[in-house]
Amino acid sequence: MRTIFSIVVDAVAYGMVLFTISIGLSIMMGLMRVVNLAHGAFAMIGGYLASYAIRSMGASYVVAILVAVVGTILISAPLEFLLYRRIYRKSDALTQLLLTIGITFFIIGMANFVFGPTLKSIPLPAALSGPLDIGFRMLPTHRVFVIACGGVIAVALWYLLERTEFGVRLRAAVDNSDMAESLGIRTELIYSATFALAVGLGAFGGVIGAELLPIEPFYALRYMVVFLVVVSVGGAGSILGALSASLLLGLADTTGKYLAPEFGEFFFYLAVILIVFLFPNGLFGRAH
Amino acid sequence: MNQPVRLLSVLAALGLMSTGASADVIKVGVIGTMSGPYALFGQNFKMGIDAWVAQHGNKVGDHQIEFVYRDEESPNPAKSKALAQELLVKDKVQYLAGLYFTPDAMAVAPLLEESKTPLVVLNAATSAIVEKSPYIVRTSFTMWQNTVPAAHVARKNGSKKAAIAVSDYGPGIDAENAFKKTFEADGGTVTEAIRMPLNTTDFSPIMQRIKDSGADTIFTFLPAGPPTLGFVKAYIDNGLKVAGVKLMSTGDVVTEPDLPNIGDSGIGILSTYHYAVSHDSPENKAFLDQIVKGGGKLDEVTMTSVAAYDGARLIYKMIEATNGQRDPEKAIASVKGMKWVSPRGPVSIDPDTRHIRQNVYLREVAKQDGKFINKEIQTFDAQPDWALSKN
Repeated sequence: MRTIFSIVVDAVAYGMVLFTISIGLSIMMGLMRVVNLAHGAFAMIGGYLASYAIRSMGASYVVAILVAVVGTILISAPLEFLLYRRIYRKSDALTQLLLTIGITFFIIGMANFVFGPTLKSIPLPAALSGPLDIGFRMLPTHRVFVIACGGVIAVALWYLLERTEFGVRLRAAVDNSDMAESLGIRTELIYSATFALAVGLGAFGGVIGAELLPIEPFYALRYMVVFLVVVSVGGAGSILGALSASLLLGLADTTGKYLAPEFGEFFFYLAVILIVFLFPNGLFGRAH
Repeated sequence: MNQPVRLLSVLAALGLMSTGASADVIKVGVIGTMSGPYALFGQNFKMGIDAWVAQHGNKVGDHQIEFVYRDEESPNPAKSKALAQELLVKDKVQYLAGLYFTPDAMAVAPLLEESKTPLVVLNAATSAIVEKSPYIVRTSFTMWQNTVPAAHVARKNGSKKAAIAVSDYGPGIDAENAFKKTFEADGGTVTEAIRMPLNTTDFSPIMQRIKDSGADTIFTFLPAGPPTLGFVKAYIDNGLKVAGVKLMSTGDVVTEPDLPNIGDSGIGILSTYHYAVSHDSPENKAFLDQIVKGGGKLDEVTMTSVAAYDGARLIYKMIEATNGQRDPEKAIASVKGMKWVSPRGPVSIDPDTRHIRQNVYLREVAKQDGKFINKEIQTFDAQPDWALSKN
């Protein structure tokens, strides 16, 4: 019984890390129909900036997160303005893939050049390091923090998209951009804001998830498949979908690691195959 | 083309070829992880070799020595083989050195006999590597060499039940076998033997499983690099350290550059290894001074720089013994039984296995003058590779 609880706790922690990073990609893919393979690269930039802020400038963890999120949005803004703007919604998938994978390689090269090829750690503040006693076992405090962040992000995003003026406009722009534009909604601004939101979430996830997915130059490619899998299993654009996909895949992966670690990621991908077989559009995806 | 011209051009070609073969520059190809997550260790190859060259010059007799570096990023046997081939065919290197990962070293081995090239392994630590070709010598260490003392120490410190967690590849399996055999022979029980895939980044579930198994000690091996830090942090953050479960490892898991990242909570972690940067000897001091003089940072020195430093010593000796000729038998014979005092302590090349015999030290993570070090607290003299040597 205790073993089962242990597995569930670890699974939720891992799932929430996946969710925090992947939700930005899910928004991009679901609402703006851009298969953004550079999402992992943006998460990586966030991680690098946070690591640099803490280790070289002596910033605190909170400041480092702010630097990472704002910095990544600023760095990605020219890319949005010059490149992404051309591939929202209408462009075909191949163009999107080629463009975004190109951006990924560009960012990997730049990161290597600027920060060097070694792993970059993001030191945790005292309050977040060390074990936390949750009754039946010890859990890394940092995981509890990550779980909380994931929960807050899920609720906040749901509120933003479903209950605010911005959400209404965004959904209008997504469902019929020509009509929305003729009604006076400035779709270009809406898209830019959503892009910034997605990139910022990626950077945030990159920083707080760095304990599990360490920041190094090939981060952008190494974990991209995992993020894409989360989005496609959950159904692009669905917060609930991304959340349940992350938790389910976290559970599959953690159970596998727990009971048969030598099988590696076998159980993760087995779960992916099963879910995609049963729900071809993802758990909460709509058929387009 | 008439007869004399043809003859002349043949002679000219021969002349060119022979100057190529007996040229004054002898090239040594070094394959190492110069970039990517394991870059620190490849760069240490270079630091060690540079230190040797700075102290002994770049000439042996009339022969000038040139080191050519190639980058292998990650465990990638196909790429290592291709790099070795390129070094042999295009750069015409006379010696090969380096190789951080076992699978990479294994992939290079078949090329050696055909091309008559000795290889000095500067890290890869699976015992069987030296058996893959008679032209391989190793100046690093093997898992058996470092693990057998670890098992003795664990048992002596009162451990009854140990859990083993190792990376799932050659050296990991060597480490698992070495620990299990020694620990059980000493009267202990092994409760769990977990093999973790090399790309594992989340160790929380593994820690919890070890804890549930009721072990009082964990023995672990992972290749020095990013995952080791995650493993030690998971051990501390999941409360195993607080609960009194001891961590015993080979030194790969607590290399000096990682110690500041582990922090105070790492103090007291035990490991057995052949080299600590804090090793107190005049040879080590001279070695480290040279590295700093050459622009290296003391905080970035790892065991691979010492292996490379000693590896360069062997290569110089082989070049001297063969007078720069391509004669691998003579070259290898000249270093068998060689003895010297390395920055890590007294060492020798075992004439039977062509693997280095050296002291293995029991170390404890400690804080000295505000810096984290691996403090040597016990010495196991002249350890052979326990898998290859019978005595």
